[in-house]
Amino acid sequence: MDIRLANRARGLAIFFGTLVTLFAMLLPALPSFAASESPSPAPSASYSKDSLLIRGTITNEKVPVAGVKLHITGNGFDGIATSGEDGKWIIEVQKKGVYDVEVMLDSLPKGVGLQDPTKNIRQADLSVVNVAGLLFPLGKDTRVIQPFGEQLVIRIWSGLNLGLLLAVAAIGISLIFGTTGLTNFAHGEMLTIGALLTWVFYTNMNLPILIVAVIVMALGGAFGYVQDAGLWKPLRKKRIGLNQMMIVSIGFSIVARYVLLIIFGGETKVISGEFQSIQLGPINTTVNSVVSMGVSLVTLAAIALFLTRTRIGKATRAVSDNAALAASTGIDVERIIRIVWVVAGALTALAGILYGLQFQANWMTGFQILLLLFAAVTLGGLGTALGATVGALIIGFVVELSVLFIPADLKYAASLIILVLVLLFRPQGVLGKKQRIG
Amino acid sequence: MDFGAILTLAVKELISPITVTYVLCAIGLSVHFGYTGLLNFGQAAFAAIGGYGMAIGILTFGWPIWISAIFALFCSTIFALILGIPTLRLRADYLAIVTIAASEIFRYFMTTIGFAKVTGGSNGLSQFGGEFWKLNPLPADVEYGFGPFTYRNDQIFIMLVGWVLVAICAVLVWLLMRSPWGRVLRGIREDEDAVRSLGKNVFVYKLQALIFGGIFASIGGMIFVLNLSNVQPQSWGTTFTFMIWTVLLLGGAATVLGPVVGTLVFFFILSLTQGILGGLKDIGVLPFLSDPQIGQIRFILIGLALMLLVIFRPQGIFGNKRELQFNA
Repeated sequence: MDIRLANRARGLAIFFGTLVTLFAMLLPALPSFAASESPSPAPSASYSKDSLLIRGTITNEKVPVAGVKLHITGNGFDGIATSGEDGKWIIEVQKKGVYDVEVMLDSLPKGVGLQDPTKNIRQADLSVVNVAGLLFPLGKDTRVIQPFGEQLVIRIWSGLNLGLLLAVAAIGISLIFGTTGLTNFAHGEMLTIGALLTWVFYTNMNLPILIVAVIVMALGGAFGYVQDAGLWKPLRKKRIGLNQMMIVSIGFSIVARYVLLIIFGGETKVISGEFQSIQLGPINTTVNSVVSMGVSLVTLAAIALFLTRTRIGKATRAVSDNAALAASTGIDVERIIRIVWVVAGALTALAGILYGLQFQANWMTGFQILLLLFAAVTLGGLGTALGATVGALIIGFVVELSVLFIPADLKYAASLIILVLVLLFRPQGVLGKKQRIG
Repeated sequence: MDFGAILTLAVKELISPITVTYVLCAIGLSVHFGYTGLLNFGQAAFAAIGGYGMAIGILTFGWPIWISAIFALFCSTIFALILGIPTLRLRADYLAIVTIAASEIFRYFMTTIGFAKVTGGSNGLSQFGGEFWKLNPLPADVEYGFGPFTYRNDQIFIMLVGWVLVAICAVLVWLLMRSPWGRVLRGIREDEDAVRSLGKNVFVYKLQALIFGGIFASIGGMIFVLNLSNVQPQSWGTTFTFMIWTVLLLGGAATVLGPVVGTLVFFFILSLTQGILGGLKDIGVLPFLSDPQIGQIRFILIGLALMLLVIFRPQGIFGNKRELQFNA
């Protein structure tokens, strides 16, 4: 075995070793996750047959609705259940008796209400049986029917919210692509880790949110550094082709995703936040969303300043433009790439925090957003940070505004169709340079 | 731990119709990627179109099964055209992103409530296979096989049909890749500009390869849905595509037998590790894993296999290193 091979093998070994150690450290710290939560297809699997359960499925015209909160009270019990991706919710109670189950109307999607608005509270009778099922059929919101203009304003607001969030995550992809040429399919998992760690530190350990943000971003940056040092740098040294690296990143994303599934279980994690609502004209929003948008804006501005005003930022752009030329002017390309990975990891973790606080998260969250991120980056022009921001905003608006015209379950498809159309007519993206399309 | 049972299960998995589906999809992908160098990450959509096309032809239009099958292949061709025309002129990684996006778009459209009358929405479609099973000439009340390998006549029938199709497709690919047409495809993979300078229309050849490989995947999709007797959108997620990449790269992308051997080896190993892990849990060695978690380890193995193969042996078991240039 020659030295290079040995080095490479050692690099990989260190990489996987670090990962395993990380997860091994997490596992005992979180004894409750693996034990109490089972993957989504069988929500009842982890309950014994003697458990007292109240459960149901929230659907709107046969489509499952996720994230609907139900408040369960009675017999000294007070708890909240949230419907998962498949619309199912379940909660375990300790005593036999009758419980009140109330749908928290604020947690319903916009424009959706109960078919029978008078029946937002139903009773679950567990005095003789162990399992009670309750259904709350949803339909068009009859409480208020908003005029189109107001709906438009509301959608633009949510589009801006989603777009800014995507932008924070997409800049990482864009910087990594620009400096190394790697199309990183494992980027979504960096976001998932950010969101799930927020759940660990914020919801489970009750740390203050600012400290949580610092810890999670530091861990995200560390994850980026470990990934680069243990996996991507050895591969670059080996001169593995970019397309090969892309497939490696797909493999890595599968591994990371299922490791997260095994550690955290399949259920959507409810991350508590400030759900206090704020009324801005016709827009009904939450403290969470407003703060999240502010944080995104500040972050984006900071990145723009970093890239245009600082030495390292300028060097990053130089490496993106032409790595060989940058190296010949004395820029340490490997160092820049290392910095980019750490920054990308931290930024993506931040996006995960913001996403988790607003929309909840599970083990697949990042992968579900990944294609939107690719669409954003491609739309703006691969490898330009400003382009990624513009692309992300466009995608955010398309996703949210499309709901006004097409069924809501097609909103992600709409943004992907936009991606294909842009590639058809302007393959270099909105702000990209022509030579980048190759 | 019963090694005999674990081994039997692994061997049974080797010849199952599900394996046939993966083999056919991998043969299609070998035409795309192995011979032409196209990074197609939407193979799941081609397979799904095969399954849905046939089911919709039978249920919605009331056509006989063979017309429905032809309709499905026609849809698959149209899909390849829609996919290929905007993207085949672009760089390879754009094709990767667009194909994966297109397969997700297709899945969203099959899931949406808007078309549920035709597609069945998230529940999918079922009860379209009646005519297929009537074609079965084998008598029903006999058990086929020996020992633990006994099957009903229906199971034998679909496995026979499947493996005969695999044989036909493999021979077809072998013949085509020896033909002048196949040599042009390999030329495109090695050096697109050189082929262009010889006066060949590279774009048209790539499009033909995309259609051709997609059709194999669609046939695989039909076997899949006939075997399960239902077709559901969630079967055709990106994981399906990534599995096919893994088995293809394992066997050797630019070989005729690579997709077949890759799939067989991969499913054998998967089933074996699964059985052994389950057995270890039963005797109390792995108490911290639950049963579903043991099932999830399968996917970690798939991801690891994909990474390690691409890094250390991109040519696969059979491949010739010079035959596989990743950078088109």
